[in-house]
Amino acid sequence: MKALNNIVGKIFGAIGWLIKMILLAITSPVWVPFWLLAWSVENVPIIRNFFITIDLYLPLKNLSRKPLRFALTSVAIFVAFLIYVALTSFDDAMNAGVELSADDRLISVNKINFTQPLPISYVRKVETVEGIDSVVHMNWFGGYYQDPRQQVLTFAVDETKLLDVYKSSIDVADDQLKKWQQNRQGILVGEAIAKTHGWKLGDRIPLSSNIFSQQDGNSTWEFVVEGIYKGVNVQDDTNGVYIHYKYFNETQSFGGDYIGWMGIKTVDPSVNEQVIKKIDEMFVNTPFETETVPEKAFNKSFLAQLGNIGLIVTSVVFAAFFIILVIVGFSMVLAIRERTNEIGVMKTLGFTSGRIFKMVLVESTLLTLIGGTAGLAAGTFVLDMLNNAPQFPVTVILKDYIVWQTIGLMLFFGLITGVIPARSALRLNIITALSRR
Amino acid sequence: MASDILYDLRKVSKSFVKGKEKITIFDGLDMSIKQGDFLAIMGPSGSGKTTLLNMLGGVDQPTGGEVWFDGNRVDNLSEGQLAKWRANNIGFIFQFYNLMPMLNAERNVELPLLLTNLSAKQRKQSVATALELVGLADRAKHMTSEMSGGQQQRVAIARAIVSDPKLMLCDEPTGDLDRKTADEILEMLQLLNEKFGKTIVMVTHDPSAATYAKRTLHLDKGEFVAKELAA
Repeated sequence: MKALNNIVGKIFGAIGWLIKMILLAITSPVWVPFWLLAWSVENVPIIRNFFITIDLYLPLKNLSRKPLRFALTSVAIFVAFLIYVALTSFDDAMNAGVELSADDRLISVNKINFTQPLPISYVRKVETVEGIDSVVHMNWFGGYYQDPRQQVLTFAVDETKLLDVYKSSIDVADDQLKKWQQNRQGILVGEAIAKTHGWKLGDRIPLSSNIFSQQDGNSTWEFVVEGIYKGVNVQDDTNGVYIHYKYFNETQSFGGDYIGWMGIKTVDPSVNEQVIKKIDEMFVNTPFETETVPEKAFNKSFLAQLGNIGLIVTSVVFAAFFIILVIVGFSMVLAIRERTNEIGVMKTLGFTSGRIFKMVLVESTLLTLIGGTAGLAAGTFVLDMLNNAPQFPVTVILKDYIVWQTIGLMLFFGLITGVIPARSALRLNIITALSRR
Repeated sequence: MASDILYDLRKVSKSFVKGKEKITIFDGLDMSIKQGDFLAIMGPSGSGKTTLLNMLGGVDQPTGGEVWFDGNRVDNLSEGQLAKWRANNIGFIFQFYNLMPMLNAERNVELPLLLTNLSAKQRKQSVATALELVGLADRAKHMTSEMSGGQQQRVAIARAIVSDPKLMLCDEPTGDLDRKTADEILEMLQLLNEKFGKTIVMVTHDPSAATYAKRTLHLDKGEFVAKELAA
């Protein structure tokens, strides 16, 4: 019976060891950099002395005493910060359209809603309004490439005016612009969408529409890539494709001579208000009344129709950080509780309560910094992958303010999760502590 | 006039309240310890031995009377001042060694020196000397969990002497050891006292341990009885 118990005990021991090793292996990308640091602190005298001088030596040693607990806790922190970095950057990218909107640009749409058309004759009338620099009309083509699931943001535009209005967002070489303007079947494509589908200059591209069809019933148009544009700003969207309105208008089977909306550039943002008023008054009481708004406001309301992304991001991030608070807080409380006797010994040796309080706070902050830094680093890779992913709708970049916010949150959560155990350590009576083993 | 009295307890009292009852441990206790003394304190459980040791170590404060150490009054120091005073003057040796499990032997010994302004080189030198003295120079890099009880207690002794304290307080230092190892540890304490002039106060239940001390005081119900028994 004893032998059987022994064997069972050994089997369970081996299973436990195996699980521990597997978990350590899985979590190794997070804890290995820390382990290298801990190793160098222990074995490289100059680093060790530096850590002793700044009083980080003992907190670091305490962190490394339970490898599995440290690995699992730091992975939880890693995941939370990865989520934070990815979602905050995504939210920022979604709002970049609003932030990057030019102050001197307006959008004029049908007052009923922006899916309703406007007569093309409006363009000439609007161009006469005082304070307007240029006007370009646009139509939503509803395009896709080869498969309806591969949507392409295609706009039929007045090729001669596009750059007049959008020069601050679209960067294209002069010769390519000229070629595109001269070829009615030519398309100007953004570099992101070109990269996604591997399009090059001169390629013949079939683009289909899920709204329009040609007069022969075919819903696929053939185009030639004449220009590839970049964004003027990093976050300017380059997933768009511009086709000639004339070509589109002449070949489509219905809805001719109507436009989707007008992009308007004013001579100065200060005249926006009077221009808006004049345009909308011009078409009041007609079958196609207009509603003209600054581009920023239009993009904002468009974004709002997609849903409250900010709220979704905040909710997910809040949940992730709540988990951090619970896991790290609990882990720290447990760790300090286990070390009650050691804290008593340290106090006996002459470590002041204040110093021990500080050491516990430093330990919890180191923990969130280690997991959080790994999350931040992984976040940059994830954002890079998203940007290279086909059809990803926005360019997500890790901005400086997000990095600083992330570091600030690491420090905040480090301190907040450490404060309760640190306070317990601070108030711990030496005699009580020494009596616990 | 220079005095050879290191520790002087004058009319010291200690009491605490448990529930509605006031428990008095000491009531007007007088005691003097000379420089270079090796004093064993014995007595039955509950006699106040550990409380006395805690007061001598500045980890517990008397409720009355005066405590003088090396000519300075210490019973009125704040918690922070006492911590500093302990670091500078007292070396502690516990029954269960109380070493830090995440540190190896030399790092454990170095621990009190982290409270000083000594350079890395000076710390290293002091640690090496202390470990040499307790005969563990060759085990400096070993984790304490890899050591026997006797070796762990020697590491604890090295930790207690590394900062060259004026007084060493030992709470049942051989209570967790076998006879042979206990004798080795006691011989070491005796050596520290005789050869290096360390003042040592040792609380013990073990009469044979007390024989290593220069004198023994018996404590019973908070009072010294049959005051001095020759060792």
